[in-house]
Amino acid sequence: MFNRILLTHGSGGKLTHELIKTMFVKNFSNSALNQLADSAVCELPGKKIAFTTDSYVVNPVFFPGGDIGKLAVCGTVNDLSVAGARPLFISCALIMEEGLETAVLEKIIVSLRDAAKKANVKIVTGDTKVVEKGGADKIFINTAGIGIVYSKARLGTQFIRPGDVVIINGPIANHGMAITALRKGMQFETKIQSDCTNLNEITGALIGSLGKGIKFMRDATRGGLSAVLNEVTEGRAWGIEIDEKSVPVDEPVRAMCELLGFDPLYVANEGKVVAIVAPESAEKALKIMRRYKDGKGAAIIGTVKPGLKGRVELKTLMAGRRIVDMPVGEQLPRIC
Amino acid sequence: MRFIDEFRDNKIAAGLVDKLNALLGKTDKTVTLMEICGTHTMAISRAGIRRLVPKNLRLVSGPGCPVCVTDQAYIDKAIACARHKDVIITTFGDMMRVPGTRSTLEKEKASGANVHVVYSPWDTLKICTDNQDKKVVFLAVGFETTAPATAATVLDAEKLGLSNFYILCAHKTVPQALDALCSDPQLKVNGFLCPGHVSVIIGGNAYAKLAEKYKTPCVVTGFEPLDILQGILMLTEQSLSGVAKVENQYARVVTPEGNTRAQSILYSVFKPSDAVWRGIGTIPGSGLALKPEYEKFDMEKIMPVELPAAAVNKACRCGDVLKGIINPFDCKLFAKACTPESPVGPCMVSTEGTCAAYYKYDRS
Repeated sequence: MFNRILLTHGSGGKLTHELIKTMFVKNFSNSALNQLADSAVCELPGKKIAFTTDSYVVNPVFFPGGDIGKLAVCGTVNDLSVAGARPLFISCALIMEEGLETAVLEKIIVSLRDAAKKANVKIVTGDTKVVEKGGADKIFINTAGIGIVYSKARLGTQFIRPGDVVIINGPIANHGMAITALRKGMQFETKIQSDCTNLNEITGALIGSLGKGIKFMRDATRGGLSAVLNEVTEGRAWGIEIDEKSVPVDEPVRAMCELLGFDPLYVANEGKVVAIVAPESAEKALKIMRRYKDGKGAAIIGTVKPGLKGRVELKTLMAGRRIVDMPVGEQLPRIC
Repeated sequence: MRFIDEFRDNKIAAGLVDKLNALLGKTDKTVTLMEICGTHTMAISRAGIRRLVPKNLRLVSGPGCPVCVTDQAYIDKAIACARHKDVIITTFGDMMRVPGTRSTLEKEKASGANVHVVYSPWDTLKICTDNQDKKVVFLAVGFETTAPATAATVLDAEKLGLSNFYILCAHKTVPQALDALCSDPQLKVNGFLCPGHVSVIIGGNAYAKLAEKYKTPCVVTGFEPLDILQGILMLTEQSLSGVAKVENQYARVVTPEGNTRAQSILYSVFKPSDAVWRGIGTIPGSGLALKPEYEKFDMEKIMPVELPAAAVNKACRCGDVLKGIINPFDCKLFAKACTPESPVGPCMVSTEGTCAAYYKYDRS
């Protein structure tokens, strides 16, 4: 099928999923892994824990709204949070390129510290490796995290029913466009900031107040909102209908997407949770999200519809309809 | 967003759709319109316009996605160049995944080839200066929209005295291709939605001969949903009243004579040549080649590549899709053997390809 790994295999789209299924699940298969959730949920005597890991290779290392350190904490905290857990402990492993300036390293470490403090997690273990110049790009970080699953949490796609409501905590595509603007050769002047943040306060409050009313959560990172929605609907009899005019997108982000021909639905976020809730819990969920700084822009964006056979459909601004497909790879600026 | 939202107003859209319904409700004729440009195809699908217009209005897509119509042999040549250790390839991003006979630039990059995605041909010049020991080859692909920028870059390379800048040229021109399409008796199109971006350069007048010779209405149209609906309405009105002239819906950007400065730069560097269109074949006079005084920048002249004939999947019906004879759904390979992850034909390759647009937005 493929004899070399392409950049696209890391984009969070179809090729990533194919790699996960044909290589990782095939060889590692077990009940916790096979759920393919953001975190594995495992039973320990008397406790249900969530366990996850993620590696961070962002280039550039510092970007408006964050840096690789903040990202490494928030990403792992968020993977635990959307699994219905309270994040507790984080590990931090560094792979550094020979020649990295210690001032740069310190800035990143301070950022890791501050992000961990804000998310109320402890960095309890770590590892350091240095590779020869060219063997890595400045610094790569891996974090793993453990959290305790809230006793009230009952999350999973199997609980979703037609009529349920899809909610997001704020405008999409900020992270991806902030990074794109900094890409080599782009020379794009913009004030767009990454949305990189920890979501555990919001998710904890949602579970605490709504209990079974909240059916599913996922943080929309690589592959954007569309990847999450397609993962949810895959193989189901029902589907999800999204209303284009209600999906929040900040003006500068929209403008930049228009200019490059990008669809914001496919652009990465680092601080967005997609929640699917029972219809009677929808208003309450919105209110809870809006209590938090990172939930001020929360909005109901769609509903679960019967008969869509696993499809995600968008009601366009023009009142037309179209499919929202799983992203295939990174979006590429087009020729004309 | 100003100047965007105004062109997506759903009340005005509903008014335009009402007018279309009224016009087409009075007739049992089917009106078939071709959007030539890939960006139109994508915009139509993205806004869901295919499902908004009356049933007896058929929208077919034409050969106007530059990536799609780039010949397989060209990709093979680019890949052959990329495999040379002393060559750096610069390319627009959407060429990366286009399959040649056996590989893509994306796969070659993973195998160690030096391939840079650039946002403008000018970026290539900087790479030339930074890598004097390498030959830097820009993949010059696109219609009249991108060709002037390539021409201006060639002029700058000449001025800077760069001896390691080259292009691999596959630029094409739209009016000649439309002429060839129209002379195909199989084509039954009642009007052309003419490409906005290309027309900025070549001007609305460029379609006058076509409209007259083939009695086919032409409307230069913008890319926002309301632009497209209005363009469709203007074409339908012309077609039903037996008129065939060039109209300009996109007058806020396109002039009758076009950008004459860009035209003069373009034709100071390039001359018309025959060109192979993937899925269609050779169309006389529809390509651009470097003039003799600039041939030193032509990679094919410096490093001729001999390649075996490209193998083409016979079940693939991209040729008929590009000519608007069939709809992607009519192809047996569509969404089965041929998907955006493993495209068989050119129309599935580019994000703006007809089959890719139908697959992404209109599959049911």
